Amino acid sequence: MSQISRRELLKGSGALIVTFGLAPAESFAQAVATLVGNPSKEVDGWLAIAADGSVTAYTGKCELGQGLYTAQTQLVAEELCVPIERVKLIQCQTSVTPDQGVTSGAQSHPQNFNHMNLALAAATGREALLQMAARHLGAPVEQLTVRDGVVSHQARKVAYGELIGGRKFNLPLSGTAKRRHPRDWTVLGTPVKRLDMPAMATGHLEYAHNVRVPGMAHGRVVRPPTVGATLVAVDEASVRDIPGFLRVVVKNNFVGVVCEKQWQAVQAASRLKATWKPGPGLPAQATFHDYMRTRPSRDTLLVDSKDIEAKLASAATVVRATYLHPYHMHASIGASCAVADVKKDGATIWSPTQGVYPQRDSCAMLLGMPRESVKVNFARGSGCYGINGADTVSYDAALLSQAVGRPVRVQLTRKDEMAWENFGLAFVIDQRVGLDRDGNILAWDYEAWSPVRGGRPGYNQPGNQVTGFLAGFEPAAFAPRSPAPAPSGVLANGQNVVPSYVTGCIGTACSGTGTVKSERMLSRSVESPFWTGPLRSPARLQNTFAHECLMDEVAAAAKADPVEYRLRHLRDPRLMAVVRAAAKAANWEPRTRTQNPEPRTQDAVRSGRGIACVLYEGDNGYCSMVAEVDVNIATGVVTVKRLVMALDVGPISNPDGVRNQAEGGALHGMSRALFEEVTWDAEKVTSVDWRTYRTLPVGSNIPQLETVLINTMDAEANGAGETSITVTAAAIGNAIFDACGARLRQVPFTPERVKAALK
Amino acid sequence: MPAINLRVNGRAQTVDVDQTTPLLYVLADELTLNGPKFGCGLGQCGACTVIMNGQAIRSCMTPVSAAAGADVTTLDGLGTVEQPHPIQRAFIEEQAAQCGFCLSGVVMTAKALVDRTPNPTDAQIQQAMSGVLCRCFAHARMIRAIKRYVREKNA
Ligand code: FES
Ligand code: FES
Repeated sequence: MSQISRRELLKGSGALIVTFGLAPAESFAQAVATLVGNPSKEVDGWLAIAADGSVTAYTGKCELGQGLYTAQTQLVAEELCVPIERVKLIQCQTSVTPDQGVTSGAQSHPQNFNHMNLALAAATGREALLQMAARHLGAPVEQLTVRDGVVSHQARKVAYGELIGGRKFNLPLSGTAKRRHPRDWTVLGTPVKRLDMPAMATGHLEYAHNVRVPGMAHGRVVRPPTVGATLVAVDEASVRDIPGFLRVVVKNNFVGVVCEKQWQAVQAASRLKATWKPGPGLPAQATFHDYMRTRPSRDTLLVDSKDIEAKLASAATVVRATYLHPYHMHASIGASCAVADVKKDGATIWSPTQGVYPQRDSCAMLLGMPRESVKVNFARGSGCYGINGADTVSYDAALLSQAVGRPVRVQLTRKDEMAWENFGLAFVIDQRVGLDRDGNILAWDYEAWSPVRGGRPGYNQPGNQVTGFLAGFEPAAFAPRSPAPAPSGVLANGQNVVPSYVTGCIGTACSGTGTVKSERMLSRSVESPFWTGPLRSPARLQNTFAHECLMDEVAAAAKADPVEYRLRHLRDPRLMAVVRAAAKAANWEPRTRTQNPEPRTQDAVRSGRGIACVLYEGDNGYCSMVAEVDVNIATGVVTVKRLVMALDVGPISNPDGVRNQAEGGALHGMSRALFEEVTWDAEKVTSVDWRTYRTLPVGSNIPQLETVLINTMDAEANGAGETSITVTAAAIGNAIFDACGARLRQVPFTPERVKAALK
Repeated sequence: MPAINLRVNGRAQTVDVDQTTPLLYVLADELTLNGPKFGCGLGQCGACTVIMNGQAIRSCMTPVSAAAGADVTTLDGLGTVEQPHPIQRAFIEEQAAQCGFCLSGVVMTAKALVDRTPNPTDAQIQQAMSGVLCRCFAHARMIRAIKRYVREKNA
């Protein structure tokens, strides 16, 4: 593993949380495998061109609402030089598409748009077609031009369909195939409208929820009443009289019901008498952050310059603060749904999973079937933002179908989804920053605790999600490790544990984006009472919230302007460029103190602005945001007025797609910063619907959103979908401080917390 | 149990199901419509919204018996991929969605508002959409699409 570069290892995966938390080296390799998969090395694994010149392309990266279907279709059209209408993209079906692991971690662009996989297949295909055309036309390749799938030499022409129509390329992907340069793009780089938008807007798109298979019955699950409860007995007689009742299915602690119709299944699930032995109880929510500090931990030291205590002792000023983040949910708009048809000799699953091959293999384990006999067809789900209930409901459907020997559709309830999904991580983050006499940063120290349990199932751990666990599989084992081994290799900042302002050195290799040489970053994972898993910008958002707010505190302590102060401690020109671009677009006015120092009067509304920035995952997209807020001093209510973002994600495949993602990410980040929080009592999760887990509705005070895109054509393509959300909480928190001097160190920024911070 | 007659997307339908069945399950399972979606089943998100006798209602909370004799329109009854309804065209123009799962709530609620109030103020739009959720947070584009629809309708 040591000779593989960090980029190749796809450090940025949410799955790496598993690594940090749970697992020894094999699991690291496994987490990487889950992201990359084992895709075809042959052009024919990715492309086919028919006699009429139409192109069929196959991808293992799925449309999750992020616009990837359209962007990948653009990519194929661009590289093959054919009109986009001629390309049909088939996504994520185990019987035909390449195994590309999971669609996650904003890794689809790095995986399919740079010099690998789908892009390389199309480029190799184009070069092969040109060679064939050269022979056909009796002219050297250099003298050929190609347009709309037709190759020309002077007046003579030959179409792709004639050259290859219906036949195979029989060609390995060529590492030397030349990509079309972004400057020459005619399809990529343009704001092509989403190809699936008309079907979505007219309600004709078939989602997993709409899959209807002949003979299909309806299932519902009956989850334990409390966390950790185990099944004692089920009384089937309590539901046998329900019309259409087919079966109660029990497997270890997994319980489900199957009926002919959906409404019957709903009634059976709610009426079923089951006896459960209570679980061990939950740690108190109020003191959960401190509780984490007391748990056995698995420690990872990202960087350690070994001089941190000495430097802090010599500092003129030390700014220290603890930042807290709650568990968040994916809380997809649709409670998850899947359909399975499991027969003795084979199974088909229609699943909104992010990874059809990992779902196939892990589901086969659950069913006790060879994986070759399981087929998984991706069906669209509601936006998932990471691992929501998509995989677990696919397991539910498979288990119920296997038990009744008929196709079964399972619709989770809102509560099934919210109480048992794999939550985004809670965090407690302690930091100390030392300043010299001139107010420059000398040293930065970070130590954090976050809880983990389960995660992505990968290819062989169905126990990483609730259904697999209830059915008898264990989640990835937790392996405490303290103290952490010394940092080695090249810095892996996929979780943005290392702030932007330090050098990020391991030995002599320094890949951080900042100038501060004295640095120590120690992250500790502890066992979580709840399921956890990657949620849009996993760990990166929480860490960036702490870093970027603390940076603001430090700038205030140094009486420096937050923009100038950031730039003073950065050395990555692209990161500096997005900071400048966001500040410029927002008409940032330099300041050296909070803008509203006059005494606080009741009922006054104060305005302020704050900035934050990040290089997402340490190498996967630059973003900076300026937030403008109003704070009502009497009520503590924060109103976000304007969010101005600047992004540099390399060559832009679809500018409108990136804008849509940046805007959605910003509002998602705002919702998480202001409202969202998983809650629980002594034994169960209590945030189980939209009253108890608040989100920003469509009809609300929506801030003005402005996105500046920096199109860096000579760089690699980065992920865009998780950049803006990563900086939003920090930008808003810093704006609140600027408005009224209240420093919010705990998400969400509820009115009570704002008022408390004002005191 | 007596069959229930209702009109869905302009067509007369007779369904023979338990009277307490939520309208959503009848539309999705019996009439195989893809527009209205199960989001929460609790009346809290809007994903199941249809227009019944001119009102945007939440079909997950409406027993089918309450729809007897009623006129019901779903998102997929408004227009087709080839010929979208003007409000759907406005959403396509503005690219106002990501996963699209919430669109029955957003589009049908907005349509019912504009049917009733042809020139809604910003505050009226905000009020009408205050119980509609979108977890992809395409909010800004959605509001723009609603305003575009109003503009084009009144032009
Ligand atoms: S599904 Fe009906 S309101 Fe949520
Ligand atoms: S577009 Fe995905 S929930 Fe609204």
